[in-house]
Amino acid sequence: MHEMSLCENILGILKEQALAQNFEKVTRVSVEIGSLSCVEPEALRFGFDVVMRGSLAEDATLDIIETEALAECLDCGATSAIAERYDPCPMCGSHHRKVTRGEEFRIRELEVN
Amino acid sequence: MCTTCGCGGDGARIEGAAHGHHHDHDHGQSHAEDSRTIALELDILAKNNAYAAENRSFFAERGILALNLVSSPGSGKTALLVKTIGMLGGRLKSYVVEGDQQTSNDADRIRATGAPAVQINTGKGCHLDAHMVGHAVERLAPSEGSVVFIENVGNLVCPAAFDLGEAHKVAILSVTEGEDKPLKYPDMFAASDLVLLNKSDLLPHLDFDVAETIANARKVNPSIKVLQVSARSGEGMEAWIAWLTAARGMALAGYPLGTAAE
Repeated sequence: MHEMSLCENILGILKEQALAQNFEKVTRVSVEIGSLSCVEPEALRFGFDVVMRGSLAEDATLDIIETEALAECLDCGATSAIAERYDPCPMCGSHHRKVTRGEEFRIRELEVN
Repeated sequence: MCTTCGCGGDGARIEGAAHGHHHDHDHGQSHAEDSRTIALELDILAKNNAYAAENRSFFAERGILALNLVSSPGSGKTALLVKTIGMLGGRLKSYVVEGDQQTSNDADRIRATGAPAVQINTGKGCHLDAHMVGHAVERLAPSEGSVVFIENVGNLVCPAAFDLGEAHKVAILSVTEGEDKPLKYPDMFAASDLVLLNKSDLLPHLDFDVAETIANARKVNPSIKVLQVSARSGEGMEAWIAWLTAARGMALAGYPLGTAAE
């Protein structure tokens, strides 16, 4: 359940941004999660409400943008979607693939006042 | 080493470390009433990654090889480590950072070998992060050219996401577990460079399929290496020591003095 500490990381960023960008309340946090990023969206939602309680982001909405992962096949060169790390290349069947997108975990946008 | 330390109450305790940091955010600016949207492209793990980068340069500057050992509970990590330290003996000085939710049992087992060890109790936490490890390494004060083993909390999920500043993650998988573990926990096997297939002395008593396990590990990480070892019988341990020695050679390659063996 590392999503709890990931939420603490999010709260840390919100506090830093509050100082840097001069706001005191966060009403919406938009987070991008790549489908291969080690982050479980539902666990993140659960942790988010608990961790934000009593903070500048209490009752803030958490928007999750899930990004589909892509992998490049190192044998045939095709780039295609990958749902699981062990999925073979749909073009040639090789497992020799490099993930090129889908490991992101970042804050994209904040709504503040 | 922890120059930007914001030490908060994250529940983790490092053996022997007294923490006296506080950080308050008193700021009296007046804020605008109206709502606005701020576009950010901020990596949420950036802070951990910054601590990991500090740890990594600490190790690089001293020619220290740091390994992050990850596995499920009960894979035999500590026994393997005890055996490894014994085999490295006088050739190479070893230090250990032990991560567990509770108890200092593992650090006590390591200390019995003569190697300095610091226990981190993560409390409710399910993984080590780079900040805790930085403080533990500070306490250990490893000598130049040594090896630092970081034994992570027994968990094949959460530690995958947290870079600690190590040179390699080494996954330990025992043959009493399933062949499909690399597929069930792909993030960990994707992040590791080496798998130690431990307890191989039990293979004659089990239906465990070594070839299938290796094939599964390569499906999630085509370049992963696999060594079959037994901490109990000593089988395969020489190959692991050879891998360690080669990895240590790489850690020393950028080291100004070039030779640092003790």
